[in-house]
Amino acid sequence: MKRRSVIIYSEDVLRYRFGEEHPFNPLRLRMTWDLMNELGLVTEDHIRVPRPASEEELALVHSPAYIEAVKRAGSGQAPPSPPGGGEPTWEAFGLGTEDTPIFPDMHEASALIAGGTLLAAQLVMEGEAEHAFNLAGGLHHAHRHMASGFCVYNDIGVAIAWLRREYNVRVAYIDTDAHHGDGVQWLFYEDPNVLTISFHETGKYLYPGTGDIHERGDGPGYGYAVNFPLEPFTEDDSWIEMLHQALPTLIKGFEPDIIISQNGCDGHHWDPLTHLSATTRLYREIPRLVHQLAHEVCGGRWVAVGGGGYDIWRVVPRAWTMLWAELSHQSIPDEIPTAWLARWQPLAPDPLPVFFIDPPGTFPAIPRRQEIENRNRITLRRSLMGTPFFT
Amino acid sequence: MLVEQIMTRDVVTVNPHTPLIEALQLSRARRIRHFPVMQGQELVGIVSDRDMRDICPSILDPNWESAVRSLHIRDCMKRDVITVHPWDFIEDAAAEMFRQRVSCLPVVQDGKLVGILTERDILHTLIDMMGVLAPSSRIEVELPNRPGGLADVADILRARKVNACSVLVFPGDTPQTRRLVLRVQTMDPRHIIDDITAAGYRVIGPLRTGGRAG
Repeated sequence: MKRRSVIIYSEDVLRYRFGEEHPFNPLRLRMTWDLMNELGLVTEDHIRVPRPASEEELALVHSPAYIEAVKRAGSGQAPPSPPGGGEPTWEAFGLGTEDTPIFPDMHEASALIAGGTLLAAQLVMEGEAEHAFNLAGGLHHAHRHMASGFCVYNDIGVAIAWLRREYNVRVAYIDTDAHHGDGVQWLFYEDPNVLTISFHETGKYLYPGTGDIHERGDGPGYGYAVNFPLEPFTEDDSWIEMLHQALPTLIKGFEPDIIISQNGCDGHHWDPLTHLSATTRLYREIPRLVHQLAHEVCGGRWVAVGGGGYDIWRVVPRAWTMLWAELSHQSIPDEIPTAWLARWQPLAPDPLPVFFIDPPGTFPAIPRRQEIENRNRITLRRSLMGTPFFT
Repeated sequence: MLVEQIMTRDVVTVNPHTPLIEALQLSRARRIRHFPVMQGQELVGIVSDRDMRDICPSILDPNWESAVRSLHIRDCMKRDVITVHPWDFIEDAAAEMFRQRVSCLPVVQDGKLVGILTERDILHTLIDMMGVLAPSSRIEVELPNRPGGLADVADILRARKVNACSVLVFPGDTPQTRRLVLRVQTMDPRHIIDDITAAGYRVIGPLRTGGRAG
C-alpha cells in the first residue's frame, strides 16, 4: 500500500552540529524521532533516506566560491580569498563565527540536509508522496555567498530553485519560524513565481533584523514577498488570528502548484533565543491550516521542513511530532508517552511537559496583551494591503 | 562622513532669466523642490518651489496666463545663499540646515557648484546608520556618562568574537546616563547580554521571556 506521506530522515543528519555549547543541537532531532516512534507514528513505508545534494544543485542558489569555502573549512584547509579580492578569511563567508563555527565535514553534512529537502520536493512532484517532511531541513538564513544564523546551505532555496528549473511551478513558501526567513526571501526577491511569506518577531531586537512590511519584493517580483513582523510577547490567539486572516487570502490568490512550509518552533514562550509567547497550541494550528490550504489549492502538494527551536527538551519534540501527525493524517494522544519521558527526563535540565498542548495557565499572562494584539492587527492590514491579492 | 559622500552630484539648475513657467514644469517633472540659480559658472541664488508658487497670480485671475508668462526666476529667487563645502562634516551641514531653517544646501568648492545636499540625503544617511546593514541582533544598554563604559562593552564583544555592525550612542533619560544601541552579528546574543549585565551595566532591551540562559 502506498503511503500518502513520507518523512526524510537518517541518523546521518545528526552530523550537522556546531559543538556541545551551541544552541543548534541535533539532539532535538533524535528526541523528536524517538517520540514519533514511541507513538508508532513512523513505519518503514514512511521513511526515505536523504541523499546529499550535488554541487551543481547547491550552485542553483549558492556561489561556487562559497561552496568551495565550505568544503575547505570542513576539510581542515586554509580559507580562500573572498570574491573581489582581499585577505583570505573565513569571516567573509560567514564561517568560523560564534553562530556558524567550522566543524569537520561540514560540507557533506550540510549538503545532506539540502538533499533531504530536494528529495522531499522531488517525491511530491513525482506523485510518490502527497506530503513530505524533512525533519532536519529549514535552514532559511543561509545567503548566496555566506552562512548566517546557524545555516550553511539554504536547503529550502535549493529545493525551490530546483522546482522552478525542473518543473517551472509556482511555489508558495510559508515561514513561521520566530526569526525572519531572510535567506529564502532574498534568493527569490525578484521572482513573481515564488511567493515568500514570513511570520516572525519584529527585527527591533531579534536577529536578523529584517522582515519589515515594506520588504515586498523587487522588479517583477514586487508584491511577492510578504512579511508579518509580530510584536515581542505575541501570544497564540493573536498569532493564530493573523495566520487565518492572511494565509487563505494569500495562498488562494497566488494559486501555487506546491507549498513549502518552514516550521521553526522558536516562537514558543520557553524558547531562550526569542521574545515571543506562543504555546504548543500554535504548533498544532499552523500545520492544520497549511495542510488544509494545500488540499484546497494545490492538490495536496506540500513539503514541510523543520527550522529553529532552541528549547530542545520541552518544545521541539512535541511541536514536530504534532506536525508529522498532521502531515501523515494520524492522530496522537493528549499525553506524552511515559516511556519517552522516562528515557529523556533524566537528561533534561527542566521538568518535561506531560501534555502535547500546554494547558491554559502554564505561562504568566502578558501585561500588554491588548496593545500587542492591536499593533499586530495594524501590521496585518498594512502588510496585506500591499500585496496583489488584497481585495 | 563628509558632505561629498552623500550629496547629489547631478544638479539641475536654472538661471535668472529662466521663465518661471519652465522652472515650475521642471520642478514637477523631475520632482525637485530647489534649484540653484547660476549666472554662467557663478552661483547667484536659490529658488524653491514655494518661492515660485508664491509669486504666481491666482488661477482665478483672467489674465493668469499672460501674468505668469511675464515672470522669471530673477523675480522670486533668494540671493543670500547658504552653502557648504564638500569636505564639511555631514553633522555640521545638518546642524546648519536645522539652525537656518533651510531644507537644502548647495555644495560649493573653489567658487564652483559641485553638488547639492537636501533633507532627504540627510534622512537617508540617518536611516542607513540606524538601519539593519547585516543580519544582526539589537542590544540596548544604559551606560553611566563617564569614561570606560563603551570600552567595557567593546571588550566583551571582542572576547566573544562577535562583530558589531552598528554602534549608536544616544543621550540617556538623565544627564548621568547615555543609551548605547548595538547591532551585533549573532543570532544568539544571550552570552553578550549576560556579560554586559555581569559587568554592572543595565540592559534595557531585549527583555527576556521564560527562556533559560544556555
